[in-house]
Amino acid sequence: MKADVTVDCVGLYCPMPIVHTAKKMKEMQAGQVLEVIADDEGIKQDMPNWAKMTGNEYLGIEEAGGKLHVFVKKA
Amino acid sequence: MADKEKITIILFSGEMEKALAAFNIALGGASSGMDVTIFFTFWGLNVIKKNEGSIKSKGIMRKMLNAMNRGGAKRLPLSQFHMLGIGKAMMQRLMKDINFPQVDELIETAKELGVKFIACTTSMGMMGIGKDAFIDGVDSYAGVATYIAEARESKINLFI
Repeated sequence: MKADVTVDCVGLYCPMPIVHTAKKMKEMQAGQVLEVIADDEGIKQDMPNWAKMTGNEYLGIEEAGGKLHVFVKKA
Repeated sequence: MADKEKITIILFSGEMEKALAAFNIALGGASSGMDVTIFFTFWGLNVIKKNEGSIKSKGIMRKMLNAMNRGGAKRLPLSQFHMLGIGKAMMQRLMKDINFPQVDELIETAKELGVKFIACTTSMGMMGIGKDAFIDGVDSYAGVATYIAEARESKINLFI
């Protein structure tokens, strides 16, 4: 999946990936896609829930090299 | 914004891990577009005391209390396995291992995200703590009516 902006949250645990996601999304334009790279399992559940709460669109997750790449589209 | 959903947290405790829990939830809520308010009361006031300087208060009992109960985000003990600070230092080391922020860093992030801090004036009066004892991030000083007014409109209410 292609992203416009990437935020690296590898090595960070809840709630920090969500905090960084929210901060990054604030700087982005509607329609842009954010890629969050993380290795905390929790993000698999947290990101779809975060997107639902904030009205942004959760696009999916890709696992590569032990890292999780999560994609969210700004509403 | 008036139409944002709210979270209200009472932080009654002054222990490190309880402050961590409160700020974890506060940061999660603020990052999810909610208005978050933390009421600091009783031992919870220790979390927002300045780390530097001494706490000024009047009367021998209050002076003694504030000397023994100095507070400050960097001085909070653990509720278990504190072991005169050895347990706490070990816990902080484990937190660093997973890049988890310390309480003072969480306070900073909470303020960046617009989390509102309210200090309980009753506890301040009883313990003889003035506004000058606290960090800059305290938004207001209030009592139970303010808490009730906030809490009755909140979707999430926690007492920690």
